[in-house]
Amino acid sequence: MALPEVKQTATEARLATLTMPDAGCTRAAREDALARVLESGLPNRRDEYWKYTQPDTLVAPHAAPAAVLQDDESLIFDELDRLKIVFVDGVFTPEESDDLSLEGVVIDRLEDICCKDIHWAKELYGVLEARGQDPVQRPLAALNTAFATDGVAIHVTGKPSKPINLIYRHESPESDVVLHHVIRVEGGAEATILETGPAASRFNKCMEIDVADNGTLHHVRAQGRDHERRAATHMFTRLGQESVYKSFTLTVNGVLTRNEQIVELTGDDAVAHVAGACVGDGDFHHDDTVFVTHDAVNCESRQVFKKVLRNGATGVFQGKILVKAGAQKTDGYQISQSLLLDDDSQFLAKPELEIYADDVACSHGSTSGAIDETALFYLRSRGVPTKDATNMLTLAFLAEAVDEIEDSSLAEAIVSRLEGWLARRS
Amino acid sequence: MLEIKNLHVQLEEEDKQILKGVNLTVDAGKVHAIMGPNGSGKSTLSYVLSGRDGYDVTEGSATLNGEDLLEMEPEERAAAGVFLAFQYPVEIPGVGNMTFLRTAVNAQRKARGQEELSATDFLKEVRAKAKSLKIDADMLKRPVNVGFSGGEKKRNEILQMAMLEPKMCILDETDSGLDVDAMKLVAEGVNALRDEGRGFLVITHYQRLLDHIKPDVVHIMANGRIVKTGGPELALEVENNGYADILAEVN
Ligand SMILES: Nc1ncnc2c1ncn2[C@@H]1O[C@H](COP(=O)(O)OP(=O)(O)OP(=O)(O)O)[C@@H](O)[C@H]1O
Ligand SMILES: [Mg+2]
Repeated sequence: MALPEVKQTATEARLATLTMPDAGCTRAAREDALARVLESGLPNRRDEYWKYTQPDTLVAPHAAPAAVLQDDESLIFDELDRLKIVFVDGVFTPEESDDLSLEGVVIDRLEDICCKDIHWAKELYGVLEARGQDPVQRPLAALNTAFATDGVAIHVTGKPSKPINLIYRHESPESDVVLHHVIRVEGGAEATILETGPAASRFNKCMEIDVADNGTLHHVRAQGRDHERRAATHMFTRLGQESVYKSFTLTVNGVLTRNEQIVELTGDDAVAHVAGACVGDGDFHHDDTVFVTHDAVNCESRQVFKKVLRNGATGVFQGKILVKAGAQKTDGYQISQSLLLDDDSQFLAKPELEIYADDVACSHGSTSGAIDETALFYLRSRGVPTKDATNMLTLAFLAEAVDEIEDSSLAEAIVSRLEGWLARRS
Repeated sequence: MLEIKNLHVQLEEEDKQILKGVNLTVDAGKVHAIMGPNGSGKSTLSYVLSGRDGYDVTEGSATLNGEDLLEMEPEERAAAGVFLAFQYPVEIPGVGNMTFLRTAVNAQRKARGQEELSATDFLKEVRAKAKSLKIDADMLKRPVNVGFSGGEKKRNEILQMAMLEPKMCILDETDSGLDVDAMKLVAEGVNALRDEGRGFLVITHYQRLLDHIKPDVVHIMANGRIVKTGGPELALEVENNGYADILAEVN
């Protein structure tokens, strides 16, 4: 079917600025992905899936420049022992990174997987992304698969002693970056992946995660604070039997962020928790789009998203739980809430359940509200100044999402960032 | 210490007069009790004194040691020494009880130009005081009042009072919801704080609390006014005969 002309033109204009890397073994996957992009076209504001978030600037041929934030806040997780993999404006930078060898995990740069005999990565690249195109198309992810210029393949075979931190530095105000990572967690293996930093003026990131039976992957992400940056990210996760995936994202600032999480529970007794806390002030638009598919028995999924919005900031949540026929004993939970610190800010939510099995327990809720005046008065009556009391209640509001992080030192680091954001506004 | 003169209060939202000329003076070192029928304005008085939004003072004044309370923000009143034990203590999910207490203690110390309490000193103090109120460590860790029983909430109010050491303590029906033993604990907590420099205003419906916390003065509030003032015997009279006689007498 021919695409509408506007979409066709916009898609061609964007494609004209990109060159497919000459990447041997992923070439076929890239060509396939390009075909998907050509078929669906890139998103525009008429697409139902982009009803609340305008994709124009994410799709435009060139990235709008974004100033690089200069301030003296230390980098998050700096005090923690972790293996650092640094990308500067989207380019892997070995001089800044740690030695990539760590017991229990094998890490390769994407461009090196072809010369090595790493079959798993070749078999994963673009595969989960392609699966995730149905029933909803995600053309920016397909675009990513086709044109990603860098990324890593992480093979978790044991239980590495420390987290692996992908650090995305933003140095050029013109940077327009497409990164693609693939992660395979073997049976019984367990790892924590951290992603931190603003990455680029415009960042398109795709991560494909395959967790084998009994594998566990923790993911904690802190998107950088650069006010003008834009990002569209996709995480495609497939879960085997009794496997666990727990992901948390902190977003502080950024003019536009769209984070998509596509999770498929394909093995019985698997667990998936995706959570996010975002705080935005003024020119801030943050979109969490989540699609969880239950395709096995006795799986548990949780979606917990909290947004604090002020000065006209916008928060979006589109979250779906799809329970396929036969996915009995599904336990699905979804909550999305916003705390609006003034009347100018807004929260748009579209929670959805689609259930084809009869023995399931699914619940979802979405609320939007201001600071609880009664609680505020209670705190003030004990001598806590209004500003501090408001900040306490704001952190309390975000706590349910932050509590999804299992590791307490990571959770503390996240809370201290939130405190910093609040303090800068006091 | 606390001086309330001809206090008239109406609701901000609707044109409804609740307090219609309250006069009341509590001297340092004294315990005053207020009794009165439901809806007579007792809680409203306590809220207006502690600075809750939603009320308009149309006439009259309230001062603490000569300072105009009505001009102050709630947190300033707290720092000046006003404490209200709420009739309905508020649940705050996500804020740990301990964090809350420590923030409050240190905020008040800061407002008064004192040094913050060190973490160890604070812990020592809070543990000792919690113990005397039979508040266990688990309750200190939980979010403020969340999942607390009615009686636990009231004991938690008294713990806050004990930690904050206010000058003017207002207790709004702190006895309701307490079992006999808890009532004794609470009364002991209050009595431990009784001293020359501190005043109490105890709102209650029952003589029973006043058996444990012996008041110096008892007031009867009805329809937005203090209609009768007397000694401890007034509470007994109410307990035995209800309000009918008193109300008939003043009308
Ligand atoms: N926010 C409000 N909106 C409407 N009416 C109010 C409000 N606050 C107080 N009132 C009314 O004012 C009157 C006094 O209420 P208040 O709570 O002060 O009474 P009280 O003496 O404490 O009663 P109780 O013994 O039942 O606790 C009542 O008629 C009550 O309904
Ligand atoms: Mg009352």
